[in-house]
Amino acid sequence: MNTIDLKTIYIPSKNVVSREIEGEIIIVPLVAGIGDAEDDIFSLNETGRAIWKLLDGKRSLSQVVAVLQEGYDTEKEEIARDVIGLITELEKRQMIIKTGSE
Amino acid sequence: MQNGTKYCVSASAGEWRLWTNKAPLLRHLDLELTERCNNNCIHCSINLPSNDQKARASELDKEEWAEILRTAADLGALRVRFTGGEPLLREDFEEIYLCARRLGLKVLLFTNARKIDFHLADLFSRIPLLEKIEVSVYGLHTKSYEAVSRSRGSYREFHQGVERLKSHGIPFIVNGTYLPATKNEICEFQSWASQIPWMKTSPAYSVFFDLRSRRDSENKNEVIRSLRPEPEEGIRIFARDEESYIRNIIHFCQRYIGPPGEHLFPCGAGLSGCVDAYGRLQPCLSLRHPDTGFDLKRGSMRRAFEEFFPQLRQIKSRNVEYLNRCARCFLHGLCSQCPAKSWSEHGTLDTPVEYLCDVAHIQACQIGLIKESEKGWEIMDWRLRISKLKEKEK
Repeated sequence: MNTIDLKTIYIPSKNVVSREIEGEIIIVPLVAGIGDAEDDIFSLNETGRAIWKLLDGKRSLSQVVAVLQEGYDTEKEEIARDVIGLITELEKRQMIIKTGSE
Repeated sequence: MQNGTKYCVSASAGEWRLWTNKAPLLRHLDLELTERCNNNCIHCSINLPSNDQKARASELDKEEWAEILRTAADLGALRVRFTGGEPLLREDFEEIYLCARRLGLKVLLFTNARKIDFHLADLFSRIPLLEKIEVSVYGLHTKSYEAVSRSRGSYREFHQGVERLKSHGIPFIVNGTYLPATKNEICEFQSWASQIPWMKTSPAYSVFFDLRSRRDSENKNEVIRSLRPEPEEGIRIFARDEESYIRNIIHFCQRYIGPPGEHLFPCGAGLSGCVDAYGRLQPCLSLRHPDTGFDLKRGSMRRAFEEFFPQLRQIKSRNVEYLNRCARCFLHGLCSQCPAKSWSEHGTLDTPVEYLCDVAHIQACQIGLIKESEKGWEIMDWRLRISKLKEKEK
């Protein structure tokens, strides 16, 4: 069951290094315990990239949804599902941390 | 927006998964942090004494290495290899390592493990390298190890280093060395290596040793030549699990061998590269010819990869002997002939190295690609012969 609150504000964790290479966002673990294998690094799909760039420690997730809604011809509910989906995956891997709430 | 359910994708199955458009200009870079080593191995092609002050004074400092790492990351590299010499001899190794990791680079470390102390093991367990360490092993007992390393106390330090890696759960693999002092330990080494949790296959062996890559000592070269086994003996080491060896070599031949043509660099040289201890970018780890390196103190790494190396890769051989033999030989790939080997053996980029030629021909005979009386450059129906390997594989 999903417990992500759209009022929450997130920022990338200092336990990972985020790199933009050839248009891709590559997330490289800096500390132990993030990947499943010893050499695990990660990339984000197009949706993930758009959301990740907005996780700046200032915007709440609902504000992220609002920004994305301006740029995409997609229903708000669908965007919110994507945001929650990505945040769930990133939280599970300790790649982001909560910094507050709106 | 996409209907993907997996937004954050692991690349553990292969880095190719990372690139939806194109791969970056540079994906991997070797950094030879020092040529100095705390071992003095009899077969080594590069080592200088650990206390060589002149060499130390000429090495790049940590700020210069940091700049090189930043540039490599800017060009898109995901991985750097720290090698040497013994890279852990650098007193600033930790700072250089952390710089690489904070830039989001994975680090592949080649080491003899002698300087893996508790502090370093703790560091690697907290800030993982994201690649398995590769430990070179020169023997499993004090007598054999130190007959190779010629450094008293080196076996004990190596053994402690390996135990620290194990106890801290730091992934590593081991590579063996086939030398007179170690040749009776092969079964023991295999058994010891199989107990290391991260060893998924039999350990690799250094068997056919390279001469000094800087061509700095004919005396050392003479020793190295004397340590090389006869080709048949060396191949027996590769083929100690015969079934798997034959399967692998057939698989390899079906994919990778064929006449290289007149270009000197049909390999990957210059697509990646190696920065030596003094800031010279070489097209590969082994090639030290003065004309094939690029001085990073005089030009940018980007220029090297965009202009200098692509031009280098266009160079064609003008040596008639090479053009009549190696350029036309379909055993290229099976044979390790390359500009680096030619340079260390003969001081040119394109002189055939007979020893390597012999090894390749014996291997080719073994799997039935050629007859004993044949030479790889004389065979016209080589494509047919390679295709027939499939039947042998069955």
